[in-house]
Amino acid sequence: MTIYDMISLAPLWILSSAAILIFFSISIKRNHKVIFVITVLSLMADFAFVSTYSIHHLHSIEPLLVIDGFGVFNIGLILLTTLVVTLISYAYFEQREERKEEYYILMILAALGAIMLVISKHFVSLFLGLEILSVSLYALIAYLRKRERSDEAGIKYLILAAFSSAFLLFGMALVYATTGSMEFAGIAAWITRAHEMPVMVITGFGMMIVGIGFKLGIVPFHMWAPDVYEGSPAPVTAFIATVSKGGMIALLVRFFNTLNGYQYTTFMLVFTILAIASMFIGNILALRQNNVKRLLAYSSIAHLGYVLVAFLAGEKLGMEAVIFYLVAYFITTLGAFGILATLSDKDRDAELLEDYRGLLWKRPLTAIVFSAMLLSLAGIPLTAGFVGKFYVIAAGIHTHRWLLVIILVINSVIGLYYYIKLIAVMFDQKQEPRPSQDLHPLVYIVSSVTMAILVLSLFWIGVNPEGMMTLIRSVL
Amino acid sequence: MLPLLIIILLTGGIAAGIIAYWNQAACRWLSLITVVVDFAIILFIWIEEGLSMTLTDSWLRDSHIPWIPSFGISFHLALDGLSLLMLVLTFFLGILAVLISWKEIQYRVGFFHFNLLWVLAGITGVFLTMDLFLFYFFWEVMLIPMYFLIGIWGHENRQYAAYKFFIFTQASGLLMLLAILGLYFIHGEQTGIYSFDYFALLNTTLSPDTARWLMLGFLAAFIVKLPVVPLHTWLPDAHTEAPTAGSLLLAGLLLKTGAYGLIRFVIPLFPSAAQSIAPWAMLLGVVGILYGAIQAYSQTDFKRLVAYTSVSHMGFIMLGVFSFNELATQGVVMQMITHGISTGALFILAGILYERIHTRDITQMGGLWSKVPFMGVAAMVFVMASLGLPGLGNFVAEFLILVGSWQANQPLTILATAGLVVATAYSLRIMQKVYLGSSMQGYILTDLSLREKLILVPMCIVIIWLGLFPQQVINTARSTVANTMHAGNHATIHQKQDQEEVPNTSAFNTERREP
Repeated sequence: MTIYDMISLAPLWILSSAAILIFFSISIKRNHKVIFVITVLSLMADFAFVSTYSIHHLHSIEPLLVIDGFGVFNIGLILLTTLVVTLISYAYFEQREERKEEYYILMILAALGAIMLVISKHFVSLFLGLEILSVSLYALIAYLRKRERSDEAGIKYLILAAFSSAFLLFGMALVYATTGSMEFAGIAAWITRAHEMPVMVITGFGMMIVGIGFKLGIVPFHMWAPDVYEGSPAPVTAFIATVSKGGMIALLVRFFNTLNGYQYTTFMLVFTILAIASMFIGNILALRQNNVKRLLAYSSIAHLGYVLVAFLAGEKLGMEAVIFYLVAYFITTLGAFGILATLSDKDRDAELLEDYRGLLWKRPLTAIVFSAMLLSLAGIPLTAGFVGKFYVIAAGIHTHRWLLVIILVINSVIGLYYYIKLIAVMFDQKQEPRPSQDLHPLVYIVSSVTMAILVLSLFWIGVNPEGMMTLIRSVL
Repeated sequence: MLPLLIIILLTGGIAAGIIAYWNQAACRWLSLITVVVDFAIILFIWIEEGLSMTLTDSWLRDSHIPWIPSFGISFHLALDGLSLLMLVLTFFLGILAVLISWKEIQYRVGFFHFNLLWVLAGITGVFLTMDLFLFYFFWEVMLIPMYFLIGIWGHENRQYAAYKFFIFTQASGLLMLLAILGLYFIHGEQTGIYSFDYFALLNTTLSPDTARWLMLGFLAAFIVKLPVVPLHTWLPDAHTEAPTAGSLLLAGLLLKTGAYGLIRFVIPLFPSAAQSIAPWAMLLGVVGILYGAIQAYSQTDFKRLVAYTSVSHMGFIMLGVFSFNELATQGVVMQMITHGISTGALFILAGILYERIHTRDITQMGGLWSKVPFMGVAAMVFVMASLGLPGLGNFVAEFLILVGSWQANQPLTILATAGLVVATAYSLRIMQKVYLGSSMQGYILTDLSLREKLILVPMCIVIIWLGLFPQQVINTARSTVANTMHAGNHATIHQKQDQEEVPNTSAFNTERREP
């Protein structure tokens, strides 16, 4: 390993050193504020490094990692998302009695795993990244362990994630046994030479799809999503919905493109079925939810289905659409869960529909921000979600995937219903007194500022998406 | 100049929403001033251009700002005679909508006016934009504030009505988005220039099959908005449950965006495909005329009754647009304006009555004329307009449409004319049940206040003016109509027929004065 390799890997170094630093600082003295500041600063420093140095020094660290434009963009996205999650976590955990400090170590490690995932080009680094991410998540999900649904969610995720990792590992082993390579490019080269894919390789890929599908939470591997979303602390839910899923999508895009999977109709068919099933089942199950976290869980299943439509559309426009949609979806999801976190108090999260009744008249700004996020999820103009949906549909039509596009349209109409339902509840004017159950969250300036930034970027990208489009085009 | 019209409304809406925290009256005045300023600007343009309007130069104003260049999307606004008329109507009704809410809306005044002005901004955008992406953008933008207007300030069943309205229009709008994108990529592949610009897309050559599918996408959005039976079911609910200002904007303006879309987009972009479905579209129009009229006759809820008359009147628009001749299209333009005024006025009257006696059930009313003579007279004027009495604007519109459609399809025209008879029945029933007959309940109610007179008297004047001197409107719209017909007739067999009609339009003025 050369010095140059080391410097290229600095984004990983910074995060791991930050984790160790926090570790020691806890052993000296527990101080939530100090730990929080260290986390925020290290994430910012990392982002600064990535956006100034890495973007100009693209480099491949053989044979495991590759730092290309696509990777750098995703690293940046993950870092910013983690930063936002951290910012909303402060207020959320400050109100709670549990020990808060270790949370930040886990958060940083999870981000580290996700970053590893998006720059890997080898099965080993892929698996390493995935496991760092997953193991951190096991702990994060069950972090507030005194709550009744917290350990249920943690155990559920642990068992299913371990199970799916096993599938992934088995799949990799099968592919390796046949092709003799664990590098994406090596596998691609072998398949090109072989003309026809042997059953072993197909089985291997099939098993890998199970593992990937689980992480993405797409149908039929979605069973964990609602329970885990519901049981985790709100900021962790935001993290799972964004970084964990987005990292996996980025990996999938890289793997599929290296393999040039678009020429294999079997894979296309499988992903088409997964996409259609995710869209329909996600949206239809969301219709009947009264728990906002579960509702957002089902909605995120559907949104991953939309991302798959762009992914399946392929070509340059499709890739741009995937990334753009992810950016829009990240902002929106962070905003939605951020509001959920700011409304939660120390007893429970603001997850019942009733917690939102008449919110517009109690806390108008919060309600307007939340409505903006929901409208963005529904893909209504002026928001980033609209441009994202437009991009996806455009990509789909460009490569004539009419079936997928029409199903997407039908689904956005179904989706509209439950987003609107939630907004209608917030705008409801009838207020039955039920003070005993009302939440009394404290307001922290850091959360408010974060929310303001999110909602501004939501509208900025919605109204003026050209900058983001150019950026995405330049990294692809 | 053109973006300014929208920007004034948007900023006015935000300012009005904020100022209401301190002073509600200031919020109302600010909203009023905002719309009046826009109205003044558009009137100024009309007066300035009205004198020099010619057939060849149909575009009066044009404003082009790049927006998302990588997709070929620009902020392209342009004004021609048709948009001009629609904008005059928009701001006129906008002023009335602010005025009618002066007393009715006491709850969350700031947010109400914010929504009101943003709906108007969205509608203004729809009438001005010449970029299809931007068109879709505005098309959707106007929905959300409208949804809030119905959902927050509406009557008892408002949530249901608001959902239904939103989902119907969204679903159909998305189909239009698919069609827009389809057209965009086909045009891009043909010419190598990817652009959403209306004028660029006009020159796309399409195979008949593709053209039909794309046209159906556009048509879906417009006929839901219009609405055409059987896709009308959102309308009675939305109109009935909305607050008065909401009903006024829905009936007066939102329905017109559908009609506008047909004239501006469906026919010029897909002339031959539109020709090929013309008989079916006209049939749907006639079904709408008769069905709406019969339904209206059997309603007991005042607002629901008026809502069904809208369905009936919008049937005429469908009939006229797909007759493919200049006379009928002129009639359609007239109908858009006069229907906006007359139906809007009826909704206002229903709202005024509701404020006084807290019911919309016409079986509970009766004999009100003697108590509120001024209101009665105003109601009489608009009821007569609605049934198509010569001398009032609606007559001109419907007459022109029927004359035009007679040349296209005679049996359907005869059926449509039968709709006018039913219209007489339901219109007279309004007068009969509400203002005449014997008083069943001992209502004590006051006649119109000064503010209400200020709303209804100008509407009366306009509807009479349109009935007596429609030539000004016809002249303003002529170049647009002629261009649309030109596009429509390019590929078709109806060409000969239409050339004969052109002189008729001006001759019509003398013919019509008799009553």
